[in-house]
Amino acid sequence: MAEAIKVPTMAEYMAEGKKPEVLFWVGCAGSFDDRAKKITKAFVKLLSKAGVEFAVLGTEESCTGDPAKRSGNEFLFQMQAVTNIEVLNGYEIEKIVTACPHCFNTIKNEYPELGGNYQVMHHTQFLKSLLEEGRLKVEGGKFKGKRITFHDPCYLGRANNEYEAPRDLLRKLEVELVEMRKCKSNGLCCGAGGGQMFKEPEKGNKDVNILRTEQAIETKPEVIAAGCPFCNTMMTDGVKGKDKEGQIEVMDVAEMIADADDL
Amino acid sequence: MQLVSQILFVIILVFGVGFFTKNIQKLIKYIKLGKSVDRKDQPNERFANMARVALGQSKMVKRPIAGFLHILVYVGFIIINIEVLEIVIDGIFGTHRIFSFLGGTYDVLIASFEVLALLVLVGVIVFWIRRNVIKLKRFWSKEMKGWPKNDANYILYFEMILMTLFLLMNAADYQLQMLGADHYASEAGIMGSFPISQFIVPLIDGLSVSTLIIVERAAWWLHIVGILFFLNYLYYSKHLHILLAFPNTYFAKLKPKGEIDNLEAVTNEVKLMMDPNADPFAAPEASEGEDDVPAKFGASDVQDLNWVQLLNSYTCTECGRCTSECPANQTGKKLSPRKIMMDTRDRLEEVGKNIEKNKEFKDDGKQLLGDYITNEELWACTTCNACTEACPIGIDPLSIILDMRRYLVMEQSAAPNELNIAMGNIENNGAPWPYNQMDRLNWANEN
Repeated sequence: MAEAIKVPTMAEYMAEGKKPEVLFWVGCAGSFDDRAKKITKAFVKLLSKAGVEFAVLGTEESCTGDPAKRSGNEFLFQMQAVTNIEVLNGYEIEKIVTACPHCFNTIKNEYPELGGNYQVMHHTQFLKSLLEEGRLKVEGGKFKGKRITFHDPCYLGRANNEYEAPRDLLRKLEVELVEMRKCKSNGLCCGAGGGQMFKEPEKGNKDVNILRTEQAIETKPEVIAAGCPFCNTMMTDGVKGKDKEGQIEVMDVAEMIADADDL
Repeated sequence: MQLVSQILFVIILVFGVGFFTKNIQKLIKYIKLGKSVDRKDQPNERFANMARVALGQSKMVKRPIAGFLHILVYVGFIIINIEVLEIVIDGIFGTHRIFSFLGGTYDVLIASFEVLALLVLVGVIVFWIRRNVIKLKRFWSKEMKGWPKNDANYILYFEMILMTLFLLMNAADYQLQMLGADHYASEAGIMGSFPISQFIVPLIDGLSVSTLIIVERAAWWLHIVGILFFLNYLYYSKHLHILLAFPNTYFAKLKPKGEIDNLEAVTNEVKLMMDPNADPFAAPEASEGEDDVPAKFGASDVQDLNWVQLLNSYTCTECGRCTSECPANQTGKKLSPRKIMMDTRDRLEEVGKNIEKNKEFKDDGKQLLGDYITNEELWACTTCNACTEACPIGIDPLSIILDMRRYLVMEQSAAPNELNIAMGNIENNGAPWPYNQMDRLNWANEN
């Protein structure tokens, strides 16, 4: 891809005296992790294609505090939360979309009590609403008929009861959606939550991501679809660990939609 | 003779119910050792949740075999209690089958009690087989050795014995009625209908009336005394869930599972820090005496937990669904959410007894953290909520894990080093990795 994508910031919107339709909260993984950055770009392309006026905070964005809170550092969490809320409220943000279920959960559920009240959507929910409004068209393209299994992110599924938005998008891609034996509310964690992403696992007989990848492989998928940058990393590592790199791809739902459209 | 047995019955009844009441009072006292938490909001939703989850057993059937069997035993338990009411009235007033004036309805009642008793018996036997013959993994984990394992089996044996006694009592009674024995037979004909115990009759039909009376009385007495004993066994057993499932589901968290409470003590400090007008050197406001003690962040012992968490620990019936769904446990880590609940209850009992003995809590050199639950268990949690989703009666082990992590991090700075590094990064550059915040938008210009 030759040209860089246009990503306006809130500061730019503010300077023009305008307000975007939605703030895209990129998150730390989406900003810095090489694999997750691809998800970010794919989602931005979809936003542009659908003609959504969006903006990011850019250098004004900071960690939501989720890993700190779940590691027990409530102090650091609230410092992050209050700082972020000041920035968000300063821009009078009303609607936020994010491709990270952890950011989604934290901003949606834990920020209101600290003074941050926004309508928060996961990117799969937002994409679904774009489809329903007819602003975005999704066609099967290269995924049509492919065998795909969806790994539920804990913080989208169990934590917030959203199981269908990502699946609805996959169905639009006309894939053959196969479920793992542990799915939806019974889904197994990828092993990254609660701060585990940033530390070595405790001693055991297996890594959680390997167990989850095994469950995914049982369904004989061509693609493991994910909706979380951390799950994506964990499942990608799991697929490598099982020597299936050549056969199974791990992709975010947004990437699949962008890919199907050759964006 | 009749009067003696009536008096004896009343004494046993009063003693049995009295002792039970005393234990329940103790239970409430211990639960109140927990910190306050407001769960008075949304009474309608709470009632609905209780009706659905506790009364309606909606989460039990997520595992269909255990769920179905459990419903048999549960329905049997509740319905057969109507019969216990008759037994109590008969015992006090020396009557025989006092409800038999209901006529046809009585026949239907007794018949359904008998069918349910048989179904309970079958259910309990299958439960026993699942535990002891099939040896389902979740019943044989590390924390299920000794008392927890025995406790589970005692309950099953108890229920088997009670149901057998009930059916035997009916069989002897039926035979006595057919033989026209005094006090048993009625001119109106056979009282009750005995679709199950009629098959026991051939085993006892050679016995004389006096022997039959001994059999019937023995079964009657053992049954009712057994029930009173069982009632008092509850407090010492995991079986308390038959009572506590109801308040536990009523007071359960209604917020999204992903939402973790924001610690108020921290909010106050953070607000002070963020307030440009705050005077950092100001003396703390003179407050009402005892409140000066700085709040402890997180939990290191049971008194630091809230009362709902303590209620949770008494409600846990150690079924192990949480542990069998836990990703850490499934991959061989030490964490078991069930053990978190069992440890909390054990420690709470210990603290409660300590307070009773010494009037106030006397340091015993022990605490929940370290002596019961280790750091290794706590750090293995992925906060995925599989445990809270799996629990059929709304217990929340995750909240205890998080409160203890809070103590480890905020009071002891005892997080694993990699986490300290990640948290240091968040503090310094706004991301868990060591990237500069000013580089956050670089991705937009990368190809």
